[in-house]
Amino acid sequence: MQFLSLLLRNRLAAAGGVVLSLVLLLALVTPLLPLANPDVTDTANRFLMPGEQGHWLGTDHLGRDLLARLLHGTRLSLAVGFAAAFFAAFFGAAIGIIAGYFGGRTDNLIMRGVDMLMAFPYILLALAIVAALGPGLTNALIAVAAVNVPFFARNIRGVTVGLAHKEFVDAARLAGLGHTRIILTEILPNVIPVIVIAMSTTIGWMILETAGLSFLGLGSQPPQADLGSMLGEARGALITNPHTSVVPGAMILVIVMSINLLGDGVRDALDPRLRSGALTRPMPATRVERKGTIPAEGEGGAVLNLRQLQTQFHVKNRIYKAVGGVDLKVAPGECLGVIGESGSGKSVTALSVMGLVASPPGVITGGAVYFQGQDLVGAPYERLRALRGDKVAYIFQDPLATLHPLYKVGDQLVEAIRVHHPVSRSEARARAVALLKQVRIPNAESRIDSYPHEMSGGMRQRVGIAMALANDPEVIIADEPTTALDVTVQAQILSLLDDLRRERGLAIIFITHDFGVVAQLCDRVAVMYAGRIVETGPTAAVLRAPAHPYTSRLIACVPELGGGRRRLEAIPGLPPAVDRLEPGCAFAPRCLKASAACREGDIALEGPGARAVRCIHPEAELEEGVA
Amino acid sequence: MTGYILKRLLSAVPVLLGITVIVFLIMAMIPGDPALAILGAYATPENVAKINRDLGLDAPLVARYFIWLGNMLTGDFGTSFSLNRPVIDEVLDRFSATLLLAGTSFVLCSVLGIAAGVISAAKQYGWADKGITFAVLLGISIPSFFLGMMMILIFAVELRWFPVSGMKMAYGGGGFADVANHLVMPAFALAVVATGVVARLSRSAMLEVLRQDFIRTARAKGVREGRVVWGHALRAAMVSIIPVLGIQAGFVLSGAVYIEMVFQWPGVGRMLVDAILKRDILLVQGGVVFVAACYVLFNIAVDVAQSLLDPRIKT
Repeated sequence: MQFLSLLLRNRLAAAGGVVLSLVLLLALVTPLLPLANPDVTDTANRFLMPGEQGHWLGTDHLGRDLLARLLHGTRLSLAVGFAAAFFAAFFGAAIGIIAGYFGGRTDNLIMRGVDMLMAFPYILLALAIVAALGPGLTNALIAVAAVNVPFFARNIRGVTVGLAHKEFVDAARLAGLGHTRIILTEILPNVIPVIVIAMSTTIGWMILETAGLSFLGLGSQPPQADLGSMLGEARGALITNPHTSVVPGAMILVIVMSINLLGDGVRDALDPRLRSGALTRPMPATRVERKGTIPAEGEGGAVLNLRQLQTQFHVKNRIYKAVGGVDLKVAPGECLGVIGESGSGKSVTALSVMGLVASPPGVITGGAVYFQGQDLVGAPYERLRALRGDKVAYIFQDPLATLHPLYKVGDQLVEAIRVHHPVSRSEARARAVALLKQVRIPNAESRIDSYPHEMSGGMRQRVGIAMALANDPEVIIADEPTTALDVTVQAQILSLLDDLRRERGLAIIFITHDFGVVAQLCDRVAVMYAGRIVETGPTAAVLRAPAHPYTSRLIACVPELGGGRRRLEAIPGLPPAVDRLEPGCAFAPRCLKASAACREGDIALEGPGARAVRCIHPEAELEEGVA
Repeated sequence: MTGYILKRLLSAVPVLLGITVIVFLIMAMIPGDPALAILGAYATPENVAKINRDLGLDAPLVARYFIWLGNMLTGDFGTSFSLNRPVIDEVLDRFSATLLLAGTSFVLCSVLGIAAGVISAAKQYGWADKGITFAVLLGISIPSFFLGMMMILIFAVELRWFPVSGMKMAYGGGGFADVANHLVMPAFALAVVATGVVARLSRSAMLEVLRQDFIRTARAKGVREGRVVWGHALRAAMVSIIPVLGIQAGFVLSGAVYIEMVFQWPGVGRMLVDAILKRDILLVQGGVVFVAACYVLFNIAVDVAQSLLDPRIKT
């Protein structure tokens, strides 16, 4: 049902379906229509124009009625195309099923042959077959069908291989059924849908190919005519009487185009990736649709200051509030940890800063991002681009996916420098070597010419860090940079980042789900849950006396060396879906202390000095933390 | 690299042998006495005796195959009776014309198709994307022989921009400008379908790549959007576009048969059709084997190009 409605919603596909049905209907009723005999020549009335003497489409070079010839030709072309598709599917499926079902040497031998056939440009094979059998419509049909057999054989074999070792086939075999019986009753019914789809995608092609052979004079022979041979015969009078060529040519175009439209619609409706609308490309910068007033920056001192930032994902009719009003700031030389479970909105917050949230579906719907006092939300693309990587740099998780797989790491570093600074290649390369040394990559001079896949995970992550440092930025946003690494490498990288911020006065926003990492590196921490900050304060104070129940549960998840037999508590339940947030505290459903008051209205993020919590039953009294 | 090329060339040997076997078996389907079928109207008793001797036609099937194969390996593809000329000479002459036509079309379809696909993906859902998508649909639906005929009507007969047909002027032609002028229409007509297919594939390959993390990295570095799309993204997308270019080369070569007929281009496709109609079996056989072998070698070149482009492929 969903398939049909999807197909109908696609207007082009529906139009193709309608046109194709009309042509098919016309072809079916052609013998019943009051048409002139398509083969009766009338040389006195050659090349009549359309409409003359009752010939709606005129006459051809022998004075035959073009309308009658067109309809009969269409009928013949369709019949031959369908027949070719049927035979190709039949023999292709038979070969594919046998190869796939029996496997082993049979499979090997058959598929080798199929590969050989596919090594030919298709028309050579068709021409060779027609040459051997002689020109004629039947032989052209055989040739076109034969040329397409390998395509079917290969597809069907693939499906059959998957089926041949399923439980129900094994069961049938154990029940003592013969091979023929199993193939006919167990395999075939499961393969037929694939055959039908393959047929529907190739049938337009086969109509075109048989028409082509007829056009060359190798298909239907006079006086019998399909669309291709009509066009072939009309070619001699192309310049003097173009209408005799246009009529059959346009018909082929209409048929093939309607089949293609319908086929595309079917494919789109069947392909689940397109169905969810997932295959869209992200735009250069996140879309901004800011409603309401723009919050002011407030007190200064921060290099980066996020105010009431809201980022949503708009997917069809759903709105996912990934970031629901977040305030964060970071001063030069400071390291701010942002912590939370997957899906808490911490990465989206980070990516929103430079407009890097994939859009569609991402939209920044409110708030402001002040960098050195200037709001970046809704800034022109060129301004964002100039800041990206120069003043605000990112380090991403999983450097195998985030580094370009086909560029040498050195070239990627050189590019990062030269995008913002007009230095020569050799100068940039020298700087790249220095950067690699700075992040403690051994043999930097030779490693610079490595591809990412030739490096270890830790080395790749160092390259990612070197790239972030390339232009000596003011702010580095590190999005789980150590999550994919083992513990010793993680420790090295953390101490590296720590040194750098002390040496260079970098501001770092460090995103993680690991309180252990926060404790090691961050001055302050903000805990995120369901797109909002639920607690914030100096790291030591938060760790010593977590106030939000969620924070204390998160801390309880961290194993400690020498921590004895303390039980590691998983947090029961899952974070809420951010497309249907209940009013009140989002953590309430998983919280042991939740009361009715927790589920009513908004709870403010409040507290003295640097500390604040969004909870009406805090675990501990907030003391003003010391930074 | 040299080792890889040698390895690929070696692996082509069984494929090339397979091609000869298939062509041989197809030709063995010809009903009746093969000598009579090959000679057709030229079947004088002397000719029959000569061809039976040369091709071993009275020998058993397997022996006949090896005699044929051996002859081909020494460059002897037999003699065309309709042209009274060695098959290989005719095929080489004609194939050079086809190579010019199909090669030009191949370059056109690669460049235009990839460009259209990239633009379409980068401007997804914009008017450029919609326009290209529609043009592509039209392009892959129109029979190339019909398109060629319409181009003759419009650009040669009405507008008189290009000559109607042929490869050079009958008198005093053959210079570069003359051949190029004759080449424009057939090359475009031949390229249209393949351009559509390449554009479609490039669009989806680009959409796939543009969603990858390394594109976000490039943007986070501040790389200009033009370079993100035409550099980072296209470079990665080429890995999946190149194999399709190899397949399209086969379709261009196939389509050349129709286009050569429409534009009277003196290529190997028209030669094959004429040979079939005249029942010149040896010419068909030799032409098919030769062109198919060239296609196999071309695909090896595509594989090598792929390995140069993608350092992750072990060479």
